[in-house]
Amino acid sequence: MSTLVAPPFSSTRAYLLEARYEFLRLLRTPSFSLPCLLFPPVFYLLFGVLLGGKGGPVAAQYMLAGYGVFGVIGVALFGFGVTVAMDREQGLLTLKRAQPMPPGAYLVAKMAMALLFAAIILSLLAVLAAGVAGVQLSATQWIAWATTCLVGVLPFSALGLWLGTLVSGRGAPALINLIYLPMAFLSGLWVPLTMLPPVLQTTAPVWPAYHLAHIAQQAVGVGAGRQLGLHVAVLAAITAVFFVLARRRLVH
Amino acid sequence: MNVASFTSAPLARLRGVRHLYGKTLALDGLDLSLPSGQVLALLGPNGAGKTTAISLLLGLQRADAGSADLFGLPPQALEARRRVGVMLQSAAVPDTLKVRELIDLTRSYYPQPRSVADCVALAGLDGLMERRYGQLSGGQQRRVQFALAVCGRPALLFLDEPTTGLDIDARQTLWKAIRELSAQGCAVLLTTHYLEEAEALADRVVVVNHGRAVAEGTVAQIRARVSQRRIRCSSSLPAAQVQEWPGVQLAQRDGERLEVVAEFAEPIVRRLLAEDATLSDLEVQRAGLADAFLALTRDATQKEAA
Repeated sequence: MSTLVAPPFSSTRAYLLEARYEFLRLLRTPSFSLPCLLFPPVFYLLFGVLLGGKGGPVAAQYMLAGYGVFGVIGVALFGFGVTVAMDREQGLLTLKRAQPMPPGAYLVAKMAMALLFAAIILSLLAVLAAGVAGVQLSATQWIAWATTCLVGVLPFSALGLWLGTLVSGRGAPALINLIYLPMAFLSGLWVPLTMLPPVLQTTAPVWPAYHLAHIAQQAVGVGAGRQLGLHVAVLAAITAVFFVLARRRLVH
Repeated sequence: MNVASFTSAPLARLRGVRHLYGKTLALDGLDLSLPSGQVLALLGPNGAGKTTAISLLLGLQRADAGSADLFGLPPQALEARRRVGVMLQSAAVPDTLKVRELIDLTRSYYPQPRSVADCVALAGLDGLMERRYGQLSGGQQRRVQFALAVCGRPALLFLDEPTTGLDIDARQTLWKAIRELSAQGCAVLLTTHYLEEAEALADRVVVVNHGRAVAEGTVAQIRARVSQRRIRCSSSLPAAQVQEWPGVQLAQRDGERLEVVAEFAEPIVRRLLAEDATLSDLEVQRAGLADAFLALTRDATQKEAA
């Protein structure tokens, strides 16, 4: 049996193009890109700035933290969940596995796509926050806020990936909305938790978004500085658990 | 690399492969070997196991028993698949990407891809490069899928039902491109349920039914197997007795009718008439390729049931 002498070949270009075209593909899908890019800024403007603008600078900062988290979670859940469900159902995942696509490129590309969308959303929110809502943060706080939200893409990508392995492409948006929207509300992303009934305040920590929101609030200088490690640990655990679950279902 | 051993080793091989889908046996001890440069057609009805054979060779599934290898490596090995191009039966290519982008992306998976201009020429994509995949007609989409299969300059091309759903013109164009690649030394493993397609392209045909190879040979050999004569008549002679006659390949009863397959009809007909004076409704047919194919797959089914 002859052995193959593979010519030296770098997969870097494949990774880059996979990411680039994953981004273009979703950008050109208005049913994904419009809600994902526009809902967080519009909601922020309506609820965070126009309705919630009377609460002073602390409230404005709280809102910025919440809507930043809301925006990146949407991109992560929909960008992974819906596309993975569709790719599985329609056979693109099978084709990619048959083609010599570098094995990590599929997920790396989706991750890059989600980060890029998240960065666009965060930029829009930052412009609105600084320009319209009058939020004033130090450079360190701006960077901490953006970094928290971007890193926060990870756990929700893992969750989205797992959801995408459970349902069909048609069922995925419904399932994800059923989790995303209640979770956003019950984690205090839209309105401060203190305005919710006490029972919802005590159950809020069961939602992954609650923990990311707490880190984001501390980044912009509101909220108590305790338990940062706990929130990070919870999010890390969520990332690991759902990634392993998703991987098991994808390999089956 | 040892060129001599390389050219003699099969590019793709299945050995004694069994595979189950749930309780359905998709492949039942299939052996398959594809030497370099050859166009091999897997011919068989829907559900025969052709697509399963291809997915095992591409590493999309693992066989329950037996082994699959590509270029002497496990099919999951990236180095093996970098020498392979694929066109799957149900290929979902992202609708929102342009043809140029799809080719650009797929080329990046391969170490020495074909030039974009070559891909355009081979697959007939002139004027389609800036169109989005979702805007193309079914035939145009199939051509794009073909371009994606060949853009990596593969040594082996898998084509799973490549012309299903294409009109005659589009089919001829694709056949021409496959012949061109074959002339350049590319081996092709093609599944089809169109006999004309196997006839037009294949150096060798393996007829598959119920997960087994029921016949194998060149197109001419398969046709020879099919250019037997079928003798049908109403006769009381037992099929088991006729089966023993020299020159009879198969004798079976279908109600009143006795059906005999033989390479030469005349001696059999003479003996039939001699042994059964009441014989009637005699007909002798030369089987066409389609008949032969049906007969081959049906015979296999009956043997299995027996």
